[in-house]
Parts: sequence; C-alpha cells; structure tokens
Amino acid sequence: MPVGLPLLVAATLVAAAPICRRHVADLTAILAALAVTVTCIWLMRCSTEHTIVYWFSHWPPRGPQAIGISFVIDPLGAGLAAFCGCLVTVALVYAWGYFDAVRTYFHALMLIFLAAMAGFCLTGDLFNLFVFFELMSVVAYALTGYKVEEKQALAGAMNFAVTNSIGGFSVLIGIALLYGRTGALNMAQVGQSLSAHPADGLVVVALTLLVAGFFVKAAVVPFHFWLSDAHAVAPTPVCVLFSGVMIELGLYGVFRVYWTLFRSVPGLDGHRLQLVFIVLGALTAVLGAVMCFSQRHIKRLLAFSSISHVGMMVLGLGCLTSRGIAGTALYLLGHGCVKGALFLCAGLLLHRLGSVDQVELFGRARKFVILGCAFTVSGLGLAGFPPYGTYLGKQMIEEAGAAVGQHWLTWVLLFASVLTGGAVLRAGGMVFLGLGSTPRHDTGSPTSIQEEPETRKGRRYIPVVMLSAAVLLSLAPLISALSPDALTRAIEKGAERFANQPAYQRAVMKGEVAPPARFEATARPTAKGVLFGFVAAAGAVAVALLSLYAERLPAPGRRACSTLFRPVLQGLRRVHSGHIGDLIVWLVMGVVAIGVGCVVAASVLP
Amino acid sequence: MTYLPYCIAAWLFVVGLYGIVTSRHFVHLIICLSVVQSSTYLLLLSIGFRSLPAQAPIFSDVPPGSPAVDPIVHALTLTDIVVGATVTALLLALTLNIKRKRGSVDPAVLSPFPE
Repeated sequence: MPVGLPLLVAATLVAAAPICRRHVADLTAILAALAVTVTCIWLMRCSTEHTIVYWFSHWPPRGPQAIGISFVIDPLGAGLAAFCGCLVTVALVYAWGYFDAVRTYFHALMLIFLAAMAGFCLTGDLFNLFVFFELMSVVAYALTGYKVEEKQALAGAMNFAVTNSIGGFSVLIGIALLYGRTGALNMAQVGQSLSAHPADGLVVVALTLLVAGFFVKAAVVPFHFWLSDAHAVAPTPVCVLFSGVMIELGLYGVFRVYWTLFRSVPGLDGHRLQLVFIVLGALTAVLGAVMCFSQRHIKRLLAFSSISHVGMMVLGLGCLTSRGIAGTALYLLGHGCVKGALFLCAGLLLHRLGSVDQVELFGRARKFVILGCAFTVSGLGLAGFPPYGTYLGKQMIEEAGAAVGQHWLTWVLLFASVLTGGAVLRAGGMVFLGLGSTPRHDTGSPTSIQEEPETRKGRRYIPVVMLSAAVLLSLAPLISALSPDALTRAIEKGAERFANQPAYQRAVMKGEVAPPARFEATARPTAKGVLFGFVAAAGAVAVALLSLYAERLPAPGRRACSTLFRPVLQGLRRVHSGHIGDLIVWLVMGVVAIGVGCVVAASVLP
Repeated sequence: MTYLPYCIAAWLFVVGLYGIVTSRHFVHLIICLSVVQSSTYLLLLSIGFRSLPAQAPIFSDVPPGSPAVDPIVHALTLTDIVVGATVTALLLALTLNIKRKRGSVDPAVLSPFPE
C-alpha cells in the first residue's frame, strides 16, 4: 500500500497531464505523499509489538524454503519510510510556489521516488532491495537533470548516473553471488544458510560488493564525488530529499544487509569489521567537513556538509551495536530536518536574489529577517545546539563508540560538527548580516558558477508557502525537546529489533510472533551530552566569526595558517575534479580498499 | 562446472570500467556502461546453469523432475535488462541535451564544477 499508492497516483498524473490543472496536480501529489506518511506511521505503531511479515499473494514459506516475496516491517524501517514521506510532502509543498515551468512530470517523478524509498525500507527480499534501489536511482538521475536548460545540471546528473549505476551493478553482483551460494533471495533464509559455514572467499567478496555498492549511494569517501556535483545542481526540493533521506538510505541498505545476512557468519561478527566501518566513517566525516568549510557556493557547501554528517552516521552504525543504531537513527531525523531547512533557505535565496554564492550575496539579504533566523537556527542545529535532536543522536553515538573502546570518536564528531556548523553560520553571517570584511570580487574564483534562477516571475516577494515550509522544517527537530526520554527509549527499542537477527529469521520463516522484547532501554540525555552540544555550537560560532574576521588577525598568524592549509586544500580541490574517469578510478580503489579491509577482518588470509 | 563464464563476466566488468575511465565521448562511455552491465547478465545466467543435459524449465513435453536450468535467475536477468535499458535511455537523453547546450560530448572538458 505505501508503495503501490504513489505509483498509481504518479501514473494517473502523467496520463492526465494534458487536461490537468497545475494546482490539481499539486494537491493530488501532496495528498498522496501525506497518505503514505500516515500509513507508514500506522505501520510503525503496529509493528512495535512484533515484526509484521506480509507475503505477496499469500505464499508463505513451506518448510525451510521461502518462495514468495515478502515485506518485513519493523519499527525502524517503517519509521524511515514515514520520514521519507514527511520530507516528500514538505518538498512538494515547497514546490507549489517554485518552478513556474514545472509540469506534472515533476510530481510524478517525486511520487515514484517516494514509492521506491518506501519499498526499499520495507522489503524483505534481496532482489527487491536491488530493484527498489535502482528505481530510486533512476528517478533521482532524472530529477537531478530536471532543469534541462542548465549546463551544469546535465553534467552533474551524468556523473551521478554513471557512478551510481556502477554501484548498482556492484550490489547486483553481490546478490547474484549470494544466490549462487544459498539458492535463496529471501533475506532471512539467506542469513540462515550463510551462518552455517565460516566466511570464505565468496562470502567476503559478496559482502564487499554489497557494502561498496550501497556506500556509493551513501557518498562515503572515496565514493562521494558525485554527491557534491549532483546536489549543487539539482532543484532545491529534490536536494532536500537527496540530503535528508536518499543518501542515508544507502547506509540503511548496508546495515540492513549486514544485520540480516552476515551478522552470524563466523568470522564476520568480530571487532575488525567494526574497525573498517569506523575508519571509513571518520575519513568521510573529516574530509567532508574540510571541503565544506572551503566552499563559497552555498548549495555545494551544504552538499559537503551532508557528506560529513553521513560519515558521522557511519561511525554510529559502524560500532555494530544497537546503541549505535539508535543514535544514528535519532541523528538522521534531526539532520534530515535541519539540512532540509538549510537547502530550502538556499533555494529561497536563489529565488529572490538569483544567486547562491555567498560572496556575491554579501549583505544583500539583510531584509529577510525570518529567512535569516531560520537559516541561523538551522546552522546551530547542524552543530548540535542542545534543544535540537542532533545533540542527542551524537551523544548516543559517542556512548556506543565508548562502549566498544573507541573513545576518539568524540573528537571526530566534535571536529565535524564545529566545522560544518561554522561554515553554515559563516555563510549566514555574510549573506544575512553582512558581517566581516567586504570580500574582494575575484571573478575567476574556482567555485563561482552561474546558476540560473529557478523561477521566472514573482521574484519580488517570497511566497508564504515556501517560507513556511522552510521554517517548519527548521523547527521540527525541536519536537524532540518535548520528551527526549520517550523518544530515545522508542528508538532504542526499534534499534534492538533491527539488530536482532534470530528474531527476524523466526518472524519471517516460521511466522512466529516474537515475544515482546525483554529489553531495557537505557539511553537518556545526559549532562555530558548537553554540554558537548553547547561546546560544538559555541565552537561553530567561534569558527564562523574567526573566518569572517580573518583579515583583522595579526599578519604573521594569518600567513602561518595559509602556508599550513593552502597546499592541503589545493590538493583536495584538484582531487575533486568532477571528471567521470577520475570518479570511477576512485570508486574502484575504494572497492579494493573495502575488500582488503573485509578480507583482513574475516581473516581469510592465513 | 566450468569457470569460463565467470572469467568472462569478470573480464567484461573490468574492460567496461577501463573504457569508462579512459572515455573521451559520452556515447562511448554509455556503451561501456552497458558492457559492464552485460557482465552481470552473464554472471546471473551462469549461476543458474546446471550440467549440460539441462534445458529450459518448460515441462510440457519433458517429464517433471528432469534437469532444468534455474528459472529464477532468468527472471532476475530480465529485470536487470529492463533496468539497463532505462538507464541507457536516460543517459542518452542527457547526452543529447549536453551536446545541444555545450557543443561537446567530451567528459574531460565538461566537469560541472571545474576546480
């Protein structure tokens, strides 16, 4: 139902395109997205007691063989699907006043995107996972290149499409290998038969390919190059979805597959695999933060901050404990809302002033008080300012890291939040307040590009609908402040279910209704977490001010900084060439690196 | 059980990737992507292949229970081909537009954010 409905509405909209009024299409699409959200929330509530398994055409497993195709609904998957629905709804509301040239195709594509994401979250079948993954990807390519009259959008969509297709093939090959080994596609059954033997070469290769393929979608270093290109050029409502949920769904894919298939394979349950994920996550978080800080094109800046935050989520999930999963899930909610709000604000700037370059926009947005407030508040939220949900998630990730003996995760998280939050606040300070010294207009600057405004008329004012969508998203994470205890408890219960492979298998294969988990959720906000949130936010403000007023610093200090950091930044810039060939070389190297990591982790080599 | 199809699949994958990396023309690049994808068709089909007397899984003229190839992988391959066709069509459409807007189809000169 949450998958079929949007597909049906999308098909109807395309069929009715010639006779359909614009606002009718808007309204239908929004209602459909809302319906999906409500259904998913309902599913989430129903599945808190026990995992729901739905067999299509009533083909339950006979004996040890699962022949039918199933949806397996647990609270975390359904919750993620509901969150997708929420963001799609907001994006559609925002698109109401957005493109003038928008046609019903846009709505249809958005709804198909939603259907694919919901299916991806709910499916219990490996091949269906791949099909929804590809459907999501193809629609995303089309949405990225939606503004066909724009040069950069096309090239960005091209990079996106080629890289992600190869990621998709990698996933498919991994699935094919597993099918060859186990003769099954149902995730529970595959997991059962894999756990009978210790990990050998084939299983490790399959794991590598699956992880790498999903990580391409999640934009983990070194697969992240497509993201900055695609996000910077895609239409704003689409960016909200990409950053808010799509890349995180890549992570969901990796860890769903890990927890249902590989968890109990002897050799792959150890701490060494943990280390592979944590190293990747830390690299992503740091590199994303540094690149984010060196941007001046606001959308691109936000794209790099998404990369950094995905790295933080990988850190949480990579601990391979249910506490880590819970922290990441919470962080995902907070980050998705905040990042969505920031993208919407950037889109409004583009709408109103025709640019998203922070240098070009210097001080030109002083009039837009509400927009500026939403932007700044979201920037603080990004850094983890305490009433926001983000700090809770971070605190739980830190606890998970400490529980597995990786205390240094705290510093990586702090570094990434300070730099990304600082970059956003710096942009806000320049654009909305005109803080800092007037920048020189160096036209040949590397990141300056021309982006065509997405709207043709009505640029005199900011439509209320669009502004309210942005404000709503920026305030949504505050809901978590109402009852942080209840929220963390619910999420941790969901995470425990997500990580409980035996219960999953019993529910799917035997139709057994698992007894209510005797599980005590122990996570709650602590003073330390709150303190760290404040420290990160203060650090972000300090970094922003420091870089705004860098010119007033004493000259020797400035020179020392520039000699220290310039070569690094230039090196990084050169690496981000945006040439497809380079992207693929990095991708192959990343797959090889993950493969080596997995081989070492499984100690297949003597 | 022969390893030949698996070797060919791996070779197709690698050679396709090499083509993408060194490509100077978008159409060439898209064809290389299809080459990479065809390796997945081959892999899937060879996984479903049994020893030689096996035939298509249609039991109207042969007794049920006689050896047959695995029909599931055929279904998977078909789905895969559909996905491939979609992606190729979309990419070719993008290429057409790129040519129209920028007058070039060389990936080397067309990075979205030259840095």
